[in-house]
Amino acid sequence: MNFDLTEERQMLQDTLRRFLREKYDTATRNKILNSDSGMSSEIWAELAELGVIGALFSEEHGGFGGKGFDIAVVFEELGRAGVVEPFLDTAVLAGGLVADLGNEDQQAHIESIIDGSLQMAFAHGEPTSRYDLTRVSTSATEKGDEIILSGRKAVVVNAEAADMLVVSARESGAQDDADGISLFLVPKDAKGLTIQGYALLAGGRAAEVTLDDVAVPASSRLGAAGKAADAIEARIAAANVAQTAETLGAMETACYLTKDYLGTRKQFGRPIGTFQALAHRFSDLLIEMEQARSAVILAAGHLEAERGVRERNISATKNLIGRVGRLVGEESIQLHGGIAMTQEYELAHIAKRIVMADHRFGDVDHHLERFIALAAA
Amino acid sequence: MDLSYSDEEIAFRDEVRAFLAEKVTPEMKDKVRGKAELTKADMENWHSLLNEKGWLAPNWPKKFGGAEWNAVQKHIFEEEAAMVSAPRIVPFGLGMLAPVLQKFGSQEQNDYWLPRILSGEDWWCQGYSEPGAGSDLASLKTTAVKNEAGTHYIVNGQKTWTTLGQHANMIFCLVRTDKDVKQQEGISFLLIDMDTPGIEVRPIILLDGTPEVNEVWFTDVEVPVENLVGKENEGWTYAKYLLTHERTNIAGVGFSQAGLSAVKRLAKSEMAGGKPLIENPHFAARVAQVEIDLMAMSTTNMRIVSKAAAGTAPGVESSMLKVKGTIIRQEINDLARRAAGAYAMPFSSEAVEGSNAMIPDPLGAGPVAAKYFNNRKLSIFGGSNEIQRGIIAKVTMGS
Repeated sequence: MNFDLTEERQMLQDTLRRFLREKYDTATRNKILNSDSGMSSEIWAELAELGVIGALFSEEHGGFGGKGFDIAVVFEELGRAGVVEPFLDTAVLAGGLVADLGNEDQQAHIESIIDGSLQMAFAHGEPTSRYDLTRVSTSATEKGDEIILSGRKAVVVNAEAADMLVVSARESGAQDDADGISLFLVPKDAKGLTIQGYALLAGGRAAEVTLDDVAVPASSRLGAAGKAADAIEARIAAANVAQTAETLGAMETACYLTKDYLGTRKQFGRPIGTFQALAHRFSDLLIEMEQARSAVILAAGHLEAERGVRERNISATKNLIGRVGRLVGEESIQLHGGIAMTQEYELAHIAKRIVMADHRFGDVDHHLERFIALAAA
Repeated sequence: MDLSYSDEEIAFRDEVRAFLAEKVTPEMKDKVRGKAELTKADMENWHSLLNEKGWLAPNWPKKFGGAEWNAVQKHIFEEEAAMVSAPRIVPFGLGMLAPVLQKFGSQEQNDYWLPRILSGEDWWCQGYSEPGAGSDLASLKTTAVKNEAGTHYIVNGQKTWTTLGQHANMIFCLVRTDKDVKQQEGISFLLIDMDTPGIEVRPIILLDGTPEVNEVWFTDVEVPVENLVGKENEGWTYAKYLLTHERTNIAGVGFSQAGLSAVKRLAKSEMAGGKPLIENPHFAARVAQVEIDLMAMSTTNMRIVSKAAAGTAPGVESSMLKVKGTIIRQEINDLARRAAGAYAMPFSSEAVEGSNAMIPDPLGAGPVAAKYFNNRKLSIFGGSNEIQRGIIAKVTMGS
């Protein structure tokens, strides 16, 4: 066993941490949060230049990583700095699906993703699908050389900024069949595509996406007709590695800020961290943080494993991170007191990132049930 | 022991229900549920409706124009009002300052200020916490020094977490009038007009984006000596008395019941695995667990409030109510957030109003996550839950 990062990953981590510490301070981020686009194109370009996106793709697709630990290293640092730019949506989800399923023409887009010039989003969840990956009602109907897409996609992160959407739709089967789901590349200016955007509580933007008889050429299908379910599940696994690592990084920051505050804030004539009632609760956070780090390692380390092993580890990790996340989010606010309730204080944003992560790709309950079901299978 | 309401209590409940059914409009409910902004005018309107009915000041003795309700009546009103999402009564003047004036204020002060509280002429806010004095309130540093003529106090310093201070024209403050004695023995209780030169109010934006609290700065603010309540340097006694009143209804049972109903409503429309979420055994168990705690909490609350009404001052019990009551309320906020799934992520339904006039969740989850974050304050304000636990331990173990 060896728990050290490879030299390349260690370098990437160091570079990224240094860059974000210098360039992505609280004031900069608050400006981004208050902006109309909810993201900074300069930061995006600079991080692309540093190789952040390239690290998320394998060499065969023009990147230099793409494995579980590459994803985890990048996202832990993004999380530590509370970065809101949609690397997960453009690169891990939509870009990843293009890499996994695309033909040569389609994969040509990856170069533009890696160099930072192309934005993408994955339009998959629907108003009543909750966290089920195979519950797809949006329909795909062949009409001559074209496919007609109709339906509604819910809370599609980065949809407004995306030049192109990866849209899931059903070509056959019942509403929740794994079989029959396809993916399509849909340009943002497609006729019949409506994107109604809104800000997200924890930063960034999402949209309700309505497809009203959107016609795309059959050549825009990613992979084989009706056979996308396995690829979607594998990509959501990668997204969960990214997101749990991001949450781990954010929790590191929450604990760091809390430690600092407990040591400097004085009440009753002494630092509040000297009160045992608070000190023990902080210790509990540190204990849970070690569990969280191990959980992320389990998820990242099994991302390339066979499906059953991979998914069992992913669900275990997402469940554990969701539980620890709630604890760290709530306790770090409570241990601070009122100051942590204010928007301008660093922790407010970090705590929102941590807690709201439980609302994407399955929450604590969903993954607990899934973990049980996978064990029974 | 009798757990059922008497005939008189049932009649009272029916009267409350009829009143609420008539006065609480759908617009008001939406605002209280966070779907639109509850404005100052909305809150003033609600006060005047209650005042017309004689129900604005349930705690006040009749001689001051109050309703003088007993514990059961107060409980009934709070529960019924919360269940229909009626606006809450802004407590600073009615529930916090008034009891202090009635107990420690002069006849002139009562004659002048109490009617203005009922009529809504004055909107009070509370000047207690300071940046360096939160849980350790007695360490407050805002000073009040009498001028040479002896006509005014000159106030300098800063207060913070002043809830709804942006609406207020009056603030009651704890100020330091003697620096050379034990902290608690040099504090006085002053009434200050917010329009006095030298006062500046700056909003603090909370993590859910709301401008609910403020910082209030005082620079050489002149306050007439007539505005001192009680005796100089005895303000700490009054402050402690006020805090026990701040903690009545601190359990927030009515809010919890309303919140739990809202969670159930939402869980009936949100879908999981092709079925309503409320049918998911895991989620249903979470809801049931909180409901069981709340049933007991409601009875605990009644037991303690009845005892207080019988003349026993609420002491350690009010601390217990605060801790358990806020844990339950926060748990319910957490359930609402979970129930909404991905639709908890949008900033709030307000965020999209006006742009496309579309509420993101067609199934009706409002700004549940914003509420969840906003209500993290419940375990922090009014004496944090850690301070309450300290009080419980100190009183019961004499440590």
